[in-house]
Amino acid sequence: MTQPVALKTTPLNGAHRRLGAKMVDFGGWDMPVSYSGVLEEHHAVRRRVGLFDVSHMGEIEVRGPEALRLVNYVSSNNAEKLKIGQAHYSGLLYEHGGFVDDILVHKVADDHYFICVNATCQDKDFEHIRSYNQFDCEVENAGPRYAQLAIQGPKALSTLARLTSTDLNAIKYYHFVDGEVSGTWARIARTGYTGEDGFEIYVAPDQAERIWNEVLAAGEEFGILPVGLGARNTLRLEAKMALYGHEIDATLTPLEADLAWIAKMDKSGFVGRAALEKQLAEGITRKLAGFEMTGRGIGRDGYEVLLDGKPAGWVTSGGPAPTLNKNIGLCYLPVDKAVPGRAIQIMIRNQPVDAVTAPTPFYKRAK
Amino acid sequence: MYPENFHYTKEHEWVRVDAEVGVIGITDHAQKELGDIVYVDLPKVGTVAEQGKTLGSVESVKAVSDIYSPVSGEVVEINELLASAPEKLNEDPHGGAWLVKIKLSAPDEIKQLMSASDYQKYIGAE
Repeated sequence: MTQPVALKTTPLNGAHRRLGAKMVDFGGWDMPVSYSGVLEEHHAVRRRVGLFDVSHMGEIEVRGPEALRLVNYVSSNNAEKLKIGQAHYSGLLYEHGGFVDDILVHKVADDHYFICVNATCQDKDFEHIRSYNQFDCEVENAGPRYAQLAIQGPKALSTLARLTSTDLNAIKYYHFVDGEVSGTWARIARTGYTGEDGFEIYVAPDQAERIWNEVLAAGEEFGILPVGLGARNTLRLEAKMALYGHEIDATLTPLEADLAWIAKMDKSGFVGRAALEKQLAEGITRKLAGFEMTGRGIGRDGYEVLLDGKPAGWVTSGGPAPTLNKNIGLCYLPVDKAVPGRAIQIMIRNQPVDAVTAPTPFYKRAK
Repeated sequence: MYPENFHYTKEHEWVRVDAEVGVIGITDHAQKELGDIVYVDLPKVGTVAEQGKTLGSVESVKAVSDIYSPVSGEVVEINELLASAPEKLNEDPHGGAWLVKIKLSAPDEIKQLMSASDYQKYIGAE
C-alpha cells in the first residue's frame, strides 16, 4: 500500500479549522475553500473587507550587488524601472516563451529583490532562477520564513490602520513598506488579487495566528469575513487576473495571454525574449478573450469553445460572477476572433450553449 | 431533519412517492456539501429516466455535480422555480426546492433505497 502524501499546511491551519472552514487539497496544500459561503465572502470583499490566508504563496529573495541583473534577466517586465519600495507584476518565462510562473517583484534595496510566487510553482521557480544565476547572487527559497495575509476591500485600509503605526495612506498602489502590524515586523504591500483596494502583508509564521485574530477583531465593525479560495477565484476572475495552470502555463506566452504589457521588448536580453520576438514577427494565432454566457449554463474550465459550430478554443476559467450577476469566463480563441461582441458557443455536457465574447476586465472598481 | 417518508440514495438524492408519482430532490447533506448553488440543469418533461443514471446536474460556485435518478420512469413535471432561483436548493432542499416528478415504471425499485435512519447513519459514517 502507498502512504497518502501529507498535505502541507500554513501556520493558520488550526485557525481555519476552528472557524469551521471547508478545507480542500489545493495543489498539495490543505487550504480553506470557504467559511460562511463563497457568495457571502465574495460580497464582503467587494462591499466591505475580507481577510485571506495566502501563506501557501512562495517567496524568493535575490540578494547581491548584481541582484537587478539576475532579476531582470529571468523576468519579462523591466525591473530597472522599479524604485525602492515599489512592486510590479511580471512573468518568469522559459526560453521558448511559455510561463514558468507569474510573479510579483518587490524592490527592497538596490541589492535586494523580494519575489512573491505561486504556491505550487515555488520550487521550480527557485530552481529556474538559480539556473540562470551567473551573477553571483544569493537566491533564497524563503517561503517557510513568511506567512502572508491579504486584507482586501473598501474597508481594508480602515481595518489595518487600527493595528499599525505605519502610514498606510502613504503606500501607493503597487508600493510597499517594511513597517509593523500588531507590534511585530511586517512587509506591507498595497497589492492584491481581488480587483479591490487592499494590502498583502508578509509576517513571521509564528506571529500569523495572533495577527489573523487581531485583523478579524479590528474589522468586526466593518463586517469583515474570513475569505477562502472559492471567493478568491470569483473575485480574481471578475477582475481578469490570470491564474497559473489556467490562463497561463508553460505552453502559453504573455503575448497570447493578453499580457503583452509585462513583456518589455525594449529592454535588453531576458529569458524568453527571442521566442517572443519571433512570435511578434510571425504573429500569434490564439489569444485570451473574455466571454459572457447568453444561454442557460455555466462555461467552466476546460470546456470546448465553438465558432460557427466548429471547435475553436477552450475555456481557461469560468463560473458565476457574483458582483455582476452573470456567468462569465476567459477562453482562448483564434486571434482574429478574440475581440468583444462575437457570438460563440460553449460545449456544456455535450450541448452547445450560446455565449458572446466580452470586454475585460469584467469588473473594475470605482476609483 | 430527514423526513421518514422519503427514500434516500447513496448519491444523496431523495424520493417521496405519492401513488404512482415520485417527487425527487437532493438531500440537505448534499446542499451543504455543495455550498452556494448557482445553477440547476433538469431534464425535459417526457424524458425517460433510469434508476442510477444521470438525471441532470447541480452547480455550486466551484463545481458541477451530477444528479442520479433514484427511480425509473417518465419525467412528468420539473420545478420551474429552480431556473430563476437555484439558491432555493440551499434553503429548502426537502420541500419547495424539489427537482422533478417521475411517473414510476418500476415501483419496486424503492425497496433498494435507504430509509431516513439508514441514510443518517450512512452520512454519519461517510
